[in-house]
Amino acid sequence: MSTHPGTVDPRGLRLGAALTSVVLAVSLGTAGVAPALSTTLLVLQTAVFALGAGLGPARSPYGLLFKHLVRPRLGAPSELEDARPPRFAQAVGLAFAVLALVGVVTGASVLTLAALALALVAALLNATVDLCLGCETYLLYRRLVPREAAGA
Amino acid sequence: MAAVVVLVAALVVAVVAGALYSARNGRFARRTDTTEDPVSDDRPRLDASEVGGALGEVATFVQLSSAFCAPCRATRRLLADVVTRRPGVVALEVDAESHLELVRRLDVLRTPTVLLLDADGVLITRSSGLPRRDDVERLLDAVGAPAADR
Repeated sequence: MSTHPGTVDPRGLRLGAALTSVVLAVSLGTAGVAPALSTTLLVLQTAVFALGAGLGPARSPYGLLFKHLVRPRLGAPSELEDARPPRFAQAVGLAFAVLALVGVVTGASVLTLAALALALVAALLNATVDLCLGCETYLLYRRLVPREAAGA
Repeated sequence: MAAVVVLVAALVVAVVAGALYSARNGRFARRTDTTEDPVSDDRPRLDASEVGGALGEVATFVQLSSAFCAPCRATRRLLADVVTRRPGVVALEVDAESHLELVRRLDVLRTPTVLLLDADGVLITRSSGLPRRDDVERLLDAVGAPAADR
């Protein structure tokens, strides 16, 4: 029953992506009419991304929600996934959330809207067709910055 | 108002991108059969030293993987399972990060990318994303790697 630390239940990842999509969509949709709500949701989602990147997706708030409320009703997963790709993707999500927050703080609302929109598209694709856009950026990044060069 | 427009635009982009992704992910490209015109045959050719193992007598799958790749594991399992019933076909896996020269030469953008090579190591076709088992089986039938009797 206990989950290996290096793996994660893929159903929990889908749930996390769905929750992320909802939070980002409401934050984006209310950015004009209810800025306080919009910014609060953005701050909360930024914290979720940070915890997911720092502790791994299984121990992020959405991961814990899945573990305690959803998984007991579903039973054991048919297979587990490597936790490293979604963790990397959470870090990419964090970068976009921070950009959106920078936009809020500096009054650059275009930056906020653009960063929120990109993060939302990525979260929706993850939730609906299981595409991990953050993971896809990894090889592109490595093509530009090979590991040897990055270490030097 | 602008925020709502951006929200709607993001939803539309996600739906369209999701549909395109679902339709194309894991599909093998149409085979570029230039054998009738060998002069213009500039298909890439790979040798055993580049792909980390001996090529199969009939065909070889080369899977390019990376550390941050969720579908790589399922792809590896699928290919390993398929080749057990296909004499002369082998499945190899290389780490894309440590083979950046190959990655750049073949313009690999995603992992897993699966290459199918013929007996001489010439690239027949490729796909990115988790391939469909039916596609892989059909592909091997087409390149003359019949399934062994069970």
